[in-house]
Amino acid sequence: MVPFTNHTGVAAPLLTDDMNTDQIAPIMHSRSLKEDYKAMLFHRARHREDGSEDPDFILNKPQFRAAGILVTGQNFGAGSSRESAVWSMLANNIRVIVAKSFADIYRENCLQNGLLPVVLDAEDADDFIGRVVAADGAAPFTVDLVKQRISGPGGSDIAFEIAAADRTRLLEGLDDIGLTLKHMAQIVSWEQRAAAVQPWLQHTQDSRQA
Amino acid sequence: MRGLIFRNAMPRTLFDKIWDFHRVGQRADGRDLIYIDRHVLHELHAHHAFAQLAKQRRPVHRPDLTFAVQDHTVATKPGRDDDTNPSGTAFIKAMREGCRQNGIRLFDIDDPEQGISHVVAPELGIVLPGATHAVPDSHASTVGGVGALAFGCGTSELAHVLATQVMALKRPKRMRVRLDGRLGAHVSAKDVALRIIAELGVAGARGHVVEYAGSAVGAMPIEQRMTLCNLNIEMGGRSGFVAPDEATFSWIAERPFAPQGAQWDRALESWRTLTTDENAAFDREVTLDCAALEPQITWGTDPSQVVDISGRVPEPGAVDPSRRAAAENAFAYMGLAPGTPLAGLPVDRVFIGSCTNSRLPDLQAAAAVVRGRRVATGVVAMVVPGSSSVKREAEAAGLDRVFRDAGFFWGESGCSMCAGGNGDRGQPGERCVSTTNRNFENRQGAKVRTHLASPATAAATAIAGRIADVRQLLSEVA
Repeated sequence: MVPFTNHTGVAAPLLTDDMNTDQIAPIMHSRSLKEDYKAMLFHRARHREDGSEDPDFILNKPQFRAAGILVTGQNFGAGSSRESAVWSMLANNIRVIVAKSFADIYRENCLQNGLLPVVLDAEDADDFIGRVVAADGAAPFTVDLVKQRISGPGGSDIAFEIAAADRTRLLEGLDDIGLTLKHMAQIVSWEQRAAAVQPWLQHTQDSRQA
Repeated sequence: MRGLIFRNAMPRTLFDKIWDFHRVGQRADGRDLIYIDRHVLHELHAHHAFAQLAKQRRPVHRPDLTFAVQDHTVATKPGRDDDTNPSGTAFIKAMREGCRQNGIRLFDIDDPEQGISHVVAPELGIVLPGATHAVPDSHASTVGGVGALAFGCGTSELAHVLATQVMALKRPKRMRVRLDGRLGAHVSAKDVALRIIAELGVAGARGHVVEYAGSAVGAMPIEQRMTLCNLNIEMGGRSGFVAPDEATFSWIAERPFAPQGAQWDRALESWRTLTTDENAAFDREVTLDCAALEPQITWGTDPSQVVDISGRVPEPGAVDPSRRAAAENAFAYMGLAPGTPLAGLPVDRVFIGSCTNSRLPDLQAAAAVVRGRRVATGVVAMVVPGSSSVKREAEAAGLDRVFRDAGFFWGESGCSMCAGGNGDRGQPGERCVSTTNRNFENRQGAKVRTHLASPATAAATAIAGRIADVRQLLSEVA
């Protein structure tokens, strides 16, 4: 995973709640194992019925076409667990999402891929949204994970909280599987214990083939 | 100093008991490593995870506890094969190859027990009470209906489970939803679940594992409990389950992968202790009286926008201010003015299926409505059984004839029109009553207007050609 220390970019305000992963990364009509994640991001919202770009969609506006930070409302990433809803952000160089809250699975998928999910409480979020709207893409914001601060036009730095462990994982770009594999001896001994007390869990057999 | 006396331990919830038993240890970053007893893959995620592991030269730790099912992209046309849905072909083949290389039991597209993973795993006894379960799909907690603790995940976490057989999780909070009262005629778990989501909102259970309890849950057959737990994610829940009881144990007994003989007796003894202790503390408790509940239906574009079947699209003033913009958006997308009654709205399409409502009792409930009647002219109506086993059982009971004689399409098993990943989609502007789980914009096809409801309501709607109250339809003299 690519480590995350800080990211500077235009912040685009997508001011809706409950944005779901069907909207973020719609299922494309012709799909393949190597999808075009860049094109997938908000594919439906970005286009009108005739297939042309919808100039009113926030990421189609000239000042937000190269946005690096997405600013949104409550419960971002609800719905399907599809990880393409994170990969499509990264494919567009959006490496930070600032929200009032995230859906659980989406947040996990962010952490797995070095996409920083920042949660601001309602007051800070509204303050930040005001500054993002006022900046209107004219000047970038910087999100610094080392200092846990957002800086940019329109006011002083905004501090944000993130669990220390999640912060470390992002800063160091830690390999999640590698972290767990350090516990393989514990896993194997758990398996042995479980096999003794709940053997049906450690064993699968189709009884018709016994 | 005295030794450990469990007798005096704090009362615990069933969630805590299952979590604590499966807790292998704690990782350096503070996450609990939770052992996954049963892991089921599907083709949309599998190839990415297999490719990642191959690149890292990491083996699958427990292929014997891992299963795979082709479900999201498979066509439903009779006689289907890998190529019937061309956009699924590469996914189907890649998972087949990954399973072969890694020694994983695959329920392939032509397997007599293929189906939707959440339907197949419990019906074969692969998932068991008190077991932990992971699926790279948000509806994983469907199997909570048999008392399993299931977690949906993404592709990276899927690779993690393949390599380690554990998930690294933060301990969720506990919530109990108590459902009291006896459900009325033609009111089902689907109606109950939609009402819960309406009351709690689409993020109402975020960060929580939900235990569904109470007399209404106890009275539900296991398949209905699965419907209830399936919809848990639609209010953002991390997982959801029903504590197993004697009905669960009878349901599981004799299923092919369930323990047999002396193992069964031992398992049963253990499963009977899978209860929440009296006085165990929950972070949140909610109670809902279901006695007067009507059939429910969604009017909008998220699963919390729900009304009684006799209800009307709400006036903006009646909507919580924080949800008003979403409501305005939904009025426009759904083509519905505030105050419009739901019953009587003409529909173009009806879909009965998905991990939410495609088990045999769901099809029986729909068939009971359809029997001897005809689908209204101009309505495209489909039934897609949740598994090939369900399909076979339904055919043995003659349900396929009931549906086909009425004018329904009777398909091969898979996820089908739930997310349209197999090409089964509606046409722009169509109004569709669907037994699925998400009424999101464009999910069932571009501009398709989805109303979520129970199988009985969907069946009644297909017959009437308009959104219908099944209770009225059945009370009319034919």
